[in-house]
Amino acid sequence: MAGKPKLHYPNGRGRTESIRWLLAAAGVEFEEEFIETKEDLLKLLNDGSLLFQQVPMVEIDGMKMVQTRAILSYIAAKYNLYGKDLKERAWIDIYVEGTTELMGMMMFLAFQAAGTKEKNIALMIERATTRYFPAYEKALKDHGHDYLVGNKLSWADIHLLEAILMVEEYKPDILSTFPLLQAFKGRTSNIPTIKKFLQPGSQRKPPSDEKFVATVTKIFNT
Amino acid sequence: MSGKPKLHYFNGRGRMESIRWLLAAAGVEFEECFLETKDDLTKLQKDGSLLFQQVPMVEIDGMKMVQSRAIGNYIATKYNLYGNDLKERALIDMYVEAVIDLNELLMTHAFQPADKKAQHFATIMDKATNRYFPVYEKVLKDHGQDFLVGNRFSKADVQLLETLLMAEECKPDILAKFPFLQSFKARISNIPTIKKFLQPGSQRKPPLHEKDVPKLMKIFH
Repeated sequence: MAGKPKLHYPNGRGRTESIRWLLAAAGVEFEEEFIETKEDLLKLLNDGSLLFQQVPMVEIDGMKMVQTRAILSYIAAKYNLYGKDLKERAWIDIYVEGTTELMGMMMFLAFQAAGTKEKNIALMIERATTRYFPAYEKALKDHGHDYLVGNKLSWADIHLLEAILMVEEYKPDILSTFPLLQAFKGRTSNIPTIKKFLQPGSQRKPPSDEKFVATVTKIFNT
Repeated sequence: MSGKPKLHYFNGRGRMESIRWLLAAAGVEFEECFLETKDDLTKLQKDGSLLFQQVPMVEIDGMKMVQSRAIGNYIATKYNLYGNDLKERALIDMYVEAVIDLNELLMTHAFQPADKKAQHFATIMDKATNRYFPVYEKVLKDHGQDFLVGNRFSKADVQLLETLLMAEECKPDILAKFPFLQSFKARISNIPTIKKFLQPGSQRKPPLHEKDVPKLMKIFH
């Protein structure tokens, strides 16, 4: 038993990417067991490893955790990325839910038909520019600190950076009207653990491509 | 200023109902400000009250909290409904997240187009009885305790009861094969704060009726 957290998911971003980001940012080494075929999934289902028959599943501290948010909250709390008190946690939760919604708009774009996909990309960009990024820009402007909550790196910052980079994959100049987010991005990307994660060869996954779509369809189709 | 939490939402369940349940279970009195027209929503958006321009929004302890999960987590922690330690919180989170998934299905049922309703209903029933309920039945059976986590009343119990009752509204005998969930339901329903919330005249909202859907669409679209 390695003692390292072990992630069970297909070899792609999906719902597990935020978990990889958080572990990496916390400087926690982790292993991955990729689900590549339907048989891999069935094995997990049949041995009772998946409480609600779903992935992601993360083996951590003797538990087989499921449900992305539960996993993320546990990791954040364990590695002191969840604020110092109830109110800081409240703000971290609020900010993370916002970036979850934004990233949720991109998560399954690769699976969509061309016309639908274009429409949803446009909607996502609109929401990023008029709903989500202004909120984070303002938060940084109001307190003038380097981090979103409590003047200290938290889950909210890591999640926001992940979201920014993801949106930039669709529109590279998306931060052109958000100077504080630009500075935030530069700063946060330079945090050593994050900088390492952003380098080639890390466990960070590339955007979903046709191959990933085909694999996932094969695994999860009934 | 009353000091009571103030809930901003339309006069219906939606994403606010779980918050009402949690506050009620904790014995916390709260006020409600109902959005009845699109103008009501626009006003809140324009005065900067809604961080992401969305409701639910709850004014509590000097904050204007948005995002139902964030609000639920805050209330649960503040009123000691979130377990004793990190591992109990992890279990509560897992159980609650799954219940929220099922809730989403139940919640969106009224909005399904007529030709998709039957299929959607079948999906809900299948997931409830094959994926979700068996898990909670087994948890209760395995530890034999009154509550889901840590032998202590928590957000997980509140959320599960809410969902069990909602599922029964769709199919009254849905718990027929789940004896532990049946006794759980009876037991938790009898907790004084919850019993009070389940009585007529409380702030609990009724199920959405199809005739209410157009009015809702007008506010939010």
